[in-house]
Amino acid sequence: MEQTNFQLKKQKSQSNDWSARLHHATRATREDWMGKGISYLCIGVIILVVASMLWFITSKGVATFTQNHVSLTKFLFGTNWAPDQGHIGALPMIVGSFAVTFAAAIVATPFAVGTAIFMTEISPNKGRKLLQPVIELLVGIPSVVYGFIGLAVVVPFMRHVVGGSGFGIISATFVLFVMVLPTITSMTVDSLRAVPRHFKEASLALGATRWQTVSRVILRSATPGILTAVIFGMARAFGEALAVQMVIGNAAIMPKNLISPASTLTSQLTTGIGDTIDGTLPNNALWSLALILLLMSLFFNALVRVIAKRGQLKHER
Amino acid sequence: MNKGTKLAMGIATISLLLVGCGKATSSTSSKSSSSEALSGKVTAVGSTALQPLAAKAGANFQAKNSKVNLTVQGGGSGTGLSQVQAGAVSIGNSDIFAEEKEGIKADKLTDHKVAVVGMAPVVNKDAGIKNLKMAQVKQIFTGKITNWKEVGGKDQKIVIINRAQGSGTRATFENAVLKGATAVKSQEQDSNGAVQKIVATTPGAISYLAFSYFTNKLQAVSIDNVTPTDNNVENNKWKIWSYEHMYTKGTPDKAVAAFLKYMDSKTVQDSLVKDMGYISIHDMKVTKDAKGTVTQN
Repeated sequence: MEQTNFQLKKQKSQSNDWSARLHHATRATREDWMGKGISYLCIGVIILVVASMLWFITSKGVATFTQNHVSLTKFLFGTNWAPDQGHIGALPMIVGSFAVTFAAAIVATPFAVGTAIFMTEISPNKGRKLLQPVIELLVGIPSVVYGFIGLAVVVPFMRHVVGGSGFGIISATFVLFVMVLPTITSMTVDSLRAVPRHFKEASLALGATRWQTVSRVILRSATPGILTAVIFGMARAFGEALAVQMVIGNAAIMPKNLISPASTLTSQLTTGIGDTIDGTLPNNALWSLALILLLMSLFFNALVRVIAKRGQLKHER
Repeated sequence: MNKGTKLAMGIATISLLLVGCGKATSSTSSKSSSSEALSGKVTAVGSTALQPLAAKAGANFQAKNSKVNLTVQGGGSGTGLSQVQAGAVSIGNSDIFAEEKEGIKADKLTDHKVAVVGMAPVVNKDAGIKNLKMAQVKQIFTGKITNWKEVGGKDQKIVIINRAQGSGTRATFENAVLKGATAVKSQEQDSNGAVQKIVATTPGAISYLAFSYFTNKLQAVSIDNVTPTDNNVENNKWKIWSYEHMYTKGTPDKAVAAFLKYMDSKTVQDSLVKDMGYISIHDMKVTKDAKGTVTQN
């Protein structure tokens, strides 16, 4: 409605006397207000959504401890997960989540950094034409497809190579490696491109070889950015549910090795949520797992901020 | 002027949006409830085991009653029961009795049994197992037997694949087989489809499935030489079976009542139910109650 009013006014000739025009808000001013109003509204809605989600998950997740009186230490360090029988030791899932996250990051980082160096320093042309689209494609593939490929290819492969049932942390690592690779690579590329040109020029002018320049100057000054990239990748791995759930086997037991079935916070959530009743311990326990996930992603975000700040200081020097 | 107007504008915009939404929904709902023929909204949510049947029957029902807006969704038995209890959906689909689920007030809900599902252990074909004793099945799932050679199969490690805790299929299986014993911790999958695929491809795997999910890529296991067939379920020779329930809360409205009646009709029970691998509720020669007590009809 306001939109149409606007257009009407727009069409009217602005031949009113000057005093009226000077004492009233012009069309531009009103547009300004309108724009501000819309922006504030959007921000308000987003803040409201985020705040209510935080509040909702926290209040639900805390209910395990306040209503069902499970002790926090038992939840965090207990190893028996059988919510139907009242045991909710979440340590197997916490360990599982961290294990797949770190393993995936450790495997993916060298590949990502190598690819990024190729794309920025060695062959920027091929990088832009060939690798960029490939990486963008990898980002766009839905996680269920990764999971399906994992189930159909990676799991049988692992069964052949390392034995066991094929389900386990190693299969999950493999799938997550492909999933976080594009995230880490593209962010690393950005941070390598952000290295000031004169760093490189100075280094080469001093007689350093290309490899010396890349390894000692460019990588060195891009380190905060690369770390941020790795952490973003880890955050994605930590939060990934579907693909992991399909290949890890979902056994709520402490992982003893990389090839036996394990479970993660997310895989336990997706398998369990449909079968629990609101307000009961099994349901509350799942919310507590969700709360851990939330806190972890907040932690990852905070970490990224800290690193970004340090990085800034370095560049100013 | 500044802050006040901004705020006012913000509020105005929000309320405009809200009014817009409110109007849209109210007008559609009044339209659908005021017409002459059978009409209304039926939402059936829950059990994934019942979902295919409910969806197919629902589509047929809707073809005859075009004014009824019928939706069938999965989500799991727990979701079905809790949603119908909360009044969020008109029908809650469940594989288990409401009495069996903690946190559900069963006396507030009305049970409509629409079909029976038989379930049986399934093993990977490599294991070389076709028949097991009930006690052996129990020992396998409680972790006492860990190699197929102990029960007459190959020298191969047993890989147990369970359904998620709280799943209706798992509850039925554990009631009939484990009888209170705790299952050994193992892999858990959240759907029949996943179990079917994994058992077929993983050497030494054992799990349990509804009859309708049997394929020639996996071996359904007889227990105590009773084969898992519909006939054996109907006279309770085969013990692992459960009802498919549709729960309603309070007095169902006309459309819901008509749909439930349709589910129980000969059209559905004698053709659709059987075609889709379920067992008709009309063919059962026994009745099971929530406590698991079976009586002859």
